[in-house]
Amino acid sequence: MKIKTIKRSSDDYVPVKSTQESQLPRNLNPELHPFERAREYTKALNATKLERMFAKPFIGQLGYGHRDGVYVIAKNYNNLNKLATGSGDGVIKYWNMSTREEYVSFKGHYGMVAGLCVTPQIQTLKNQNFMLSCGDDKTIKLWSINNDDFSNIKSDEELITSINGSGALIKTFYGDHAFQGIDHHRSNSTFVTGGAQIQLWDSQRSKPLSNLSWGADNITSVKFNQNELDIFASSGSDNSIVLYDIRTNSPTQKIVQTMRTNAICWNPMEAFNFVIANEDHNAYYYDMRNMSRALNVFKDHVSAVMDVDFSPTGDEIVTGSYDKTIRIYKTNQGHSREIYHTKRMQHVFQVKYSMDSKYIVSGSDDGNVRLWRSQAWERSNVKTTKERTKLEYDAKLKERYKFMPEIRRISRHRHVPKVIKKAQEIKNIELSSIKRREMNERRTRKNKEFVPERKKQIVGTVFKYDDKKHTKSNNENNDN
Amino acid sequence: MATKKSGKEKNAKPVASGRKQRQKERQEPFVRPVTSHKRGSHKTKDKKLKATLKKLDNKYRDAVRSAAATEYLLPETSGYMEAETEMEKTFRVKQEEIKSNVDVSTANKALDLSLKEFGPYYTNYSRSGTHLLISGRKGHVASMDWRKGELRAELHLNESCYAATYLQNEQYFAIAQKKYTFIYDHEGVELHRMKQHIEARHLEFLPYHYLLATAGETGWLKYHDVSTGVLVSELRTKLGPTVSMKQNPWNAVMHLGHSNGTVTLWSPSMPQPLVKLLSGRGPINDLAVDRSGRYMVTVDTGKTMKIWDIRNFKELHVLENLPTPGMNVTISDTGVIGMGRGPQLILWKDALKTSREAKPCFGSMGGQKDRNTPYMTQLFGGNRINNMKFVPFEDILSVGHETGITHLIIPGAGEANYDAMEINPYETAKQRQEQEVRTLLNKLPADSITLDPNTLGTVSQQSSSIRLSAKQLHQVTLEKEEAIKKNADIPSVKPNVKGKNSGLRTYLRKRTQNVIDERKLRVQKQLAKEKEQRRRNNMIKSGEISADHKDIVDEALSRFS
Repeated sequence: MKIKTIKRSSDDYVPVKSTQESQLPRNLNPELHPFERAREYTKALNATKLERMFAKPFIGQLGYGHRDGVYVIAKNYNNLNKLATGSGDGVIKYWNMSTREEYVSFKGHYGMVAGLCVTPQIQTLKNQNFMLSCGDDKTIKLWSINNDDFSNIKSDEELITSINGSGALIKTFYGDHAFQGIDHHRSNSTFVTGGAQIQLWDSQRSKPLSNLSWGADNITSVKFNQNELDIFASSGSDNSIVLYDIRTNSPTQKIVQTMRTNAICWNPMEAFNFVIANEDHNAYYYDMRNMSRALNVFKDHVSAVMDVDFSPTGDEIVTGSYDKTIRIYKTNQGHSREIYHTKRMQHVFQVKYSMDSKYIVSGSDDGNVRLWRSQAWERSNVKTTKERTKLEYDAKLKERYKFMPEIRRISRHRHVPKVIKKAQEIKNIELSSIKRREMNERRTRKNKEFVPERKKQIVGTVFKYDDKKHTKSNNENNDN
Repeated sequence: MATKKSGKEKNAKPVASGRKQRQKERQEPFVRPVTSHKRGSHKTKDKKLKATLKKLDNKYRDAVRSAAATEYLLPETSGYMEAETEMEKTFRVKQEEIKSNVDVSTANKALDLSLKEFGPYYTNYSRSGTHLLISGRKGHVASMDWRKGELRAELHLNESCYAATYLQNEQYFAIAQKKYTFIYDHEGVELHRMKQHIEARHLEFLPYHYLLATAGETGWLKYHDVSTGVLVSELRTKLGPTVSMKQNPWNAVMHLGHSNGTVTLWSPSMPQPLVKLLSGRGPINDLAVDRSGRYMVTVDTGKTMKIWDIRNFKELHVLENLPTPGMNVTISDTGVIGMGRGPQLILWKDALKTSREAKPCFGSMGGQKDRNTPYMTQLFGGNRINNMKFVPFEDILSVGHETGITHLIIPGAGEANYDAMEINPYETAKQRQEQEVRTLLNKLPADSITLDPNTLGTVSQQSSSIRLSAKQLHQVTLEKEEAIKKNADIPSVKPNVKGKNSGLRTYLRKRTQNVIDERKLRVQKQLAKEKEQRRRNNMIKSGEISADHKDIVDEALSRFS
């Protein structure tokens, strides 16, 4: 007779010393894990609730903000924690985001600061940081921001007069019109300015290299592509978006939309895509190779979208709007995943992602520069392995059960200001009535063309696209 | 045993597909029941969805494969007892023989507590198997760490005690006493007297729902949430005193055995039983459900023992005409069935299968092969078994009888490899505390108890069939309108029945008098028509008018009515 029983020695499982970790053997046999689905669901529900509990997106404001509204914010692409802001009274501030204090503040322009950018570190001037600002006073100024220590500078006059010193005005370019928008080339010393004309400058020279204007209207914003370095886009007050190539020194394409574009941002991961902030409450995502239609339309705002910025990961955008809210969208979804607002925040004119995609900076009419988390529930402290695995596990669970009614309800719930809620209702009524009217019209007019939502905003393009797929499907329809 | 089995199959199957077959077999226990998405993925036209579904399928397949692969890593092997020659029979082996053949630590586990005064004894174990809770019918209760031999609490209640169970861990236990059910802590301090649970005779604790279920003389099944102290539900069985009760550990459904031979399955959210099945001719003395929730064994006073497949509620095996009726039955983690008949105890192995060879039988069956002869037997001479319990994660069957508790060594009865993330027999106090918090956080709602525990998170296939398409909806409305036009929704006109029996009159009488709606108007109109026809019929019968009489004036005026 062969007899054997379970021989489990406690020496193998109980730790010898109290400091030792005890053995945790696993057995993945499903019979030992009853209710696995139900328990997983409960965990997912708890994780979702915790996520909402921890959702405290607002971190604080930078310093004491500006005296006037903040209308320009410039990221420093080479530095995680530095940021420049410009306000309506001509004051420019350079901030340390980690301490939330300002390095330096000076009055750079008479009138509004209309454009600001921190120049990238280019080959010829290694480890040198400069800032370019332009304003209504028809000047562009080049500032040195090499040093973090501006403490020896006591007054604006000193700052402006001390040439070649740290934190000083290096050069002034004089133009013949008020400027609107400025952006610097990623790798060489050229930059473009908007305004009555769109001009290409070189920081080594005092006069513009060329005038790239196409049409006679004002240019409100310009933006260089950070990957396809020689390409940039501009938006004008004639509701147009124009693409330029500085290798050929000419504009390449122009589209006109129904309403004005306030800001442009290129996708940092997909160089040919960009997103625009439009006056018609939407942001549009375009492919520069085919601008006959938008790739995506980001809806939800109830007033003009003033600014838009891409997350450095390229899969999320943040928009700031005249309706006093900030929204975050995933690029592959049409509606926002998040809405940020505070009682005191006025019309948002600027929103920027930080270069690690973890924070969002917003500048608004009330003069404050606010710092937000891009994931409202995330905390940036150092986490133990246990904590991290828990968070990762929870994220996976939330993803897995996101369509369950209870979980969806909790994760989607946001407090929205009454004004916005009301405005949304009114907007919905308006839109549905327009839709209804169109449906009625379609009932009587058989050949009324169907315009997809992604094409509605486009009035026309200068160079037409051969939209083969579309014509083909049209033909098919005709055959039917 | 295991090697023998695989050898047999190797001969049966062709060699080429043998490897794949073995792999498939290995993975089988880890395969979850397939939900509908697998079939749907081929139908959808949405490329993105198709890709996601495919990715999910692959992920799932990978998970199954890697879970099956971890079997090599299991540190322990389960026990066994095998006959080496034809003449040897495992059921002839005595406990003394086993004790002398196994190692000292196992032999030491075979305790024999002789408690002659307060019997018969009821035994129960904590979920980890470390703690033993005994309660004598005459009021002797003790909780102990039986492996270390440490007594945690000992009580003399001077009151009848019928059942005892630990709650979420060994820190609390509940006792069904003469009138009420009480909860005590680990030191034996009375914490709660549960006055709603009157004359409970059976206790079961559902660890994942934190529910204490009681049933007994009153015929009520009551669920009490022990984490919040709320009585979750009271269910009236309407079948007299409950004779036996066990939980299904797979889906937390309660199985109740009744004196008329029925077994009813209950969930706290349903006032009626989920299932009612007739399993015996007499009272169901005891029942047991295996841990996978697939099989149930019942014994009744009608001298039968039945093994049920409760996935489709079909009998696997029926043993009729036992010499004496079975009084107790239990199933171990590995599927060993133990059946007690007064002083006798018989155990069968591998009986939870459909094949005829699996059918349990008594004795050596004249040496016939392919018969499931008893695995082990034991006789408690001059004694009577009160209850039995397999100790979790041990090869031990604990028997509570008239004169105490006896541990029998049953090789191959226990699960050798525990999962420390689930139940840890070697957990420290700190781990126990953390585990308690964790299980409380993950507590499942009581109303989620259903026959299929995996319904949650699946797509309801019913809803789409309930929802009507626009076309169908149009059809339905049309039909309704048509019915109203034809007065098909109200009782029909019957001029030949007596006035009081008119359906229309009954309808009007049953309606609230002072509410007048469109339907009522129509009924009134029809009723008037009926009366008129009846009057006319009567007149024809009495010969006042001929059958083809036409009242011209009436006809002319009727167009205005």
